[in-house]
Amino acid sequence: MTVTAVHKDAESLTMSISAEFDVGKERVWQLWSDPRQLERWWGPPTYPATMTVHELQPGGEVRYHMTGPEGDQHHGHWRIIAVNEPDSLSFLDTFADQEGNPNEEMPQTDVSVLIEDLGDGRTRMSISSVFESVEAMEQMLAMGMEEGMTLAMGQIDAILAGQPVR
Amino acid sequence: MQTAPDFDLMFSALADATRRDIVRRAIDGEEGVSELAEHYTMSFAAVQKHIAVLERAGLVTKRQSGRRKVVSTNVPALTAVRRLLDHYEELWRGRIDRMADLLAEEEEKER
Repeated sequence: MTVTAVHKDAESLTMSISAEFDVGKERVWQLWSDPRQLERWWGPPTYPATMTVHELQPGGEVRYHMTGPEGDQHHGHWRIIAVNEPDSLSFLDTFADQEGNPNEEMPQTDVSVLIEDLGDGRTRMSISSVFESVEAMEQMLAMGMEEGMTLAMGQIDAILAGQPVR
Repeated sequence: MQTAPDFDLMFSALADATRRDIVRRAIDGEEGVSELAEHYTMSFAAVQKHIAVLERAGLVTKRQSGRRKVVSTNVPALTAVRRLLDHYEELWRGRIDRMADLLAEEEEKER
């Protein structure tokens, strides 16, 4: 099981999730620092992400869009707050307009990533997301909806096959 | 008229420990305002005020039962708040699964 812990706090609108991988810290860092790798996991298969700008430095930005099944494009933007390669990264994730510029009227999610060496070639990655409002959370989720559907389908398949569901 | 739940109102209502405790006790929907107030050291009026905040947020409802006003938790509303965070968890679980796949794929190639 890759995911080792999840903590959700409804009052402070925070979700934290931790995962462990059987690779070194530098390798986990590359998942974030190499835009081609980031593209392969940020969006679900039905909404793959394309990173067009990727500057991992304080004040830098990451511009990306996700392309839906109908060719529809959804733009997103990160404003980098802090980078400590290969230990930690924090940024503000928000929606962007069709030109890729951050939409100031849209809420932001404050995301912090911590990467720790567990020894024996194992690494723990902890991600903490803080929403500024419930509206922000709903908007984030509207974008990830497709993925939720896919997951639900997988669970229904498991039930039909008589397998335990997570 | 049925209106969409106001999540911001709900979250701010739940930000208080006494109000969370009231919501928990009112799940059974058996106690009236005065019975609920007996659980706390604060005044009856203060408890009444907390219940009013919860009622405005749609988290509890009051109904008249004889001479008592019985307070019940709106369980579906509470579940809706919870579901938003659950959904966000699924989003990140999906991402982490894809990270793990990416790392495993590379290991295959190296062999």
